Amino acid sequence: MTTRRAVARLPLVAPASVGVAFVVLPLLALLIRADWAHLGTHLSSPVVGQSLRLSALTTSLTMVAVWGLGTPLAWLLARSEHPLTAWGRALITVPLVLPPVVGGVALLMTWGRRGVLGGWLESTLGVTLPFTTAAVVMAEIFVAMPFYVISVEGSMRGLDRRFDEIAATLGAGPVRTFRTVVVPMVLPGIAAGSALAWARALGEFGATITFAGSFPGRTQTAPLGVYAALERDPQAAIALSLVMLLVSVVVLGALRSRWLR
Amino acid sequence: MSAEVFLDARVEVVLGGFRADVALARGRGVTALLGPNGSGKTTVLKALAGLHTLTSGHVRVAGRAWAGDVRHLPPEERAVGMVLADPLLFPHLSLLDNVAFGPRSRGMPRASARARAAEELGRVGLADLAGRRPSEVSQGQAQRAALARALATDPELLLLDEPLSALDPQTRSATRADLAHRLREFPGATVLVTHDPLDALTLADQLVFVEDGRVVQAGTPTEIIARPRSRYVAGVVGLNLVHGTLAPGTPATLALPGGGELVVAEVPAGAGAGDELLATINPAAVTLYTAPPEASARNLWQLDVAAVTVTGQRARVRLHGIPGTDLVAEVTLGAVAQLGVSPGARLWAGVKATEVAVYPA
Repeated sequence: MTTRRAVARLPLVAPASVGVAFVVLPLLALLIRADWAHLGTHLSSPVVGQSLRLSALTTSLTMVAVWGLGTPLAWLLARSEHPLTAWGRALITVPLVLPPVVGGVALLMTWGRRGVLGGWLESTLGVTLPFTTAAVVMAEIFVAMPFYVISVEGSMRGLDRRFDEIAATLGAGPVRTFRTVVVPMVLPGIAAGSALAWARALGEFGATITFAGSFPGRTQTAPLGVYAALERDPQAAIALSLVMLLVSVVVLGALRSRWLR
Repeated sequence: MSAEVFLDARVEVVLGGFRADVALARGRGVTALLGPNGSGKTTVLKALAGLHTLTSGHVRVAGRAWAGDVRHLPPEERAVGMVLADPLLFPHLSLLDNVAFGPRSRGMPRASARARAAEELGRVGLADLAGRRPSEVSQGQAQRAALARALATDPELLLLDEPLSALDPQTRSATRADLAHRLREFPGATVLVTHDPLDALTLADQLVFVEDGRVVQAGTPTEIIARPRSRYVAGVVGLNLVHGTLAPGTPATLALPGGGELVVAEVPAGAGAGDELLATINPAAVTLYTAPPEASARNLWQLDVAAVTVTGQRARVRLHGIPGTDLVAEVTLGAVAQLGVSPGARLWAGVKATEVAVYPA
């Protein structure tokens, strides 16, 4: 009986197992090929510390911007009944599917010296954005915010509209309702969206290298550091990869136990 | 009820294909808005709160224009309180902070808002539970906290949308008593949407019946019970309603639209043959028999039992067979057993002419 059931489920179990192996095997390979005995030495190589610090800084700034801009945006999208809202939602999702390198080119066309806004910015304020740490943050916001907005908008749309209405009858204007009712009530959704966005920002490569380049200490974030080190110092690249793997797993795990189920 | 007009509204709202057009002119006190599902009661309530924009009309409360002409105050600028069927307490706040939310939103400092909230919670008997989260109190307690929250801003207009309908029967009667008590102290005007006759009759001093977006009848409970003007209204107050035309000759007889007739004892003064009249029959005045009785009532029909419902020692029996209308009889449980009343059974129903109340349509 049990055997027959196992056989009956084989066409499902077999491809599922291949799928799991395909994902897990490379992660294991990373662990297997690591030079554990000298891990400390590799981790103290300058490219590791420098790029990790830069990644911590830029992803933190990115998250601040994503929260500040993305949360109100998600709320407006969630409650708007305007026919253009669907278009707004579609536009904001474009970076989700856009090849990141194209995003980098697009940013360059906007903020670069000959970009739509960049030329003006340089001539009037003397500010040049490309190939700066600011450019790294901008690239990360560009690719990460849509993840956050889409995820948070989903949980905001699930929020019973009658809560907004009750808050309004109690005297809370739109901003107060947003701040004291909506945001606290969708906190789990905000956490989930933040995890997605942060992971996307941490892994960002294509848009960053196109728009910000790969200058150690200035624009070379951890993924760029891994790529740069891979030929010169493969063990440093592996060590850096391990750190990123560990941080990702820890952050996701913490969020999962707290808010995601 | 004072004579001044405290709440003066004509609310016309068009939502898709639905149009509600309801006028209310009321002093302080409780107005119940009754009507079948989809009749537009909630639409009217939301328009009063400012959650729907009026297509036309006006809302004036305590002499202040809330809506009308080009004016539309948003809900947060109206002195309004609202309680819905679900308590909708903010789950991330304690009961105290839920109730303090309104005063805080209207600019009261935190400490005074909390003191005010504690006082309101005390009035609904929840002083001990002020620190609890909404998930840690019972349904009835949550609904009382919702009432306290709505009243903590000192609204001039309190809007209650079926506030007891989500409660289980036992909690409902206890909460109804609390609500009645609290509403007696409330100085403003209350509009209560309900389809429970008991809510309407125990809580309200004025009833307004809405069907298909329009007012079909308004009056005090006594007036409504005496002279319901539509079948829905009659059903709510528990009466049979018949619409007929006065036939010439004696005894006075109403010709019913489906072809039957109803003998009545008295007609309104001045009524002549051909006049449209309404007649009510108290279900308790309908007698049921298994065979035609010898000393016959003036009105006798052979009818089929459609449905039987029981409350306490009494049963309400819905009977089919008079063209154009159903007849409800209220009999004792003993009679139900004795007569073999069950759906599908065929019985004789008699009504004395003197038990029929007649008034102009």
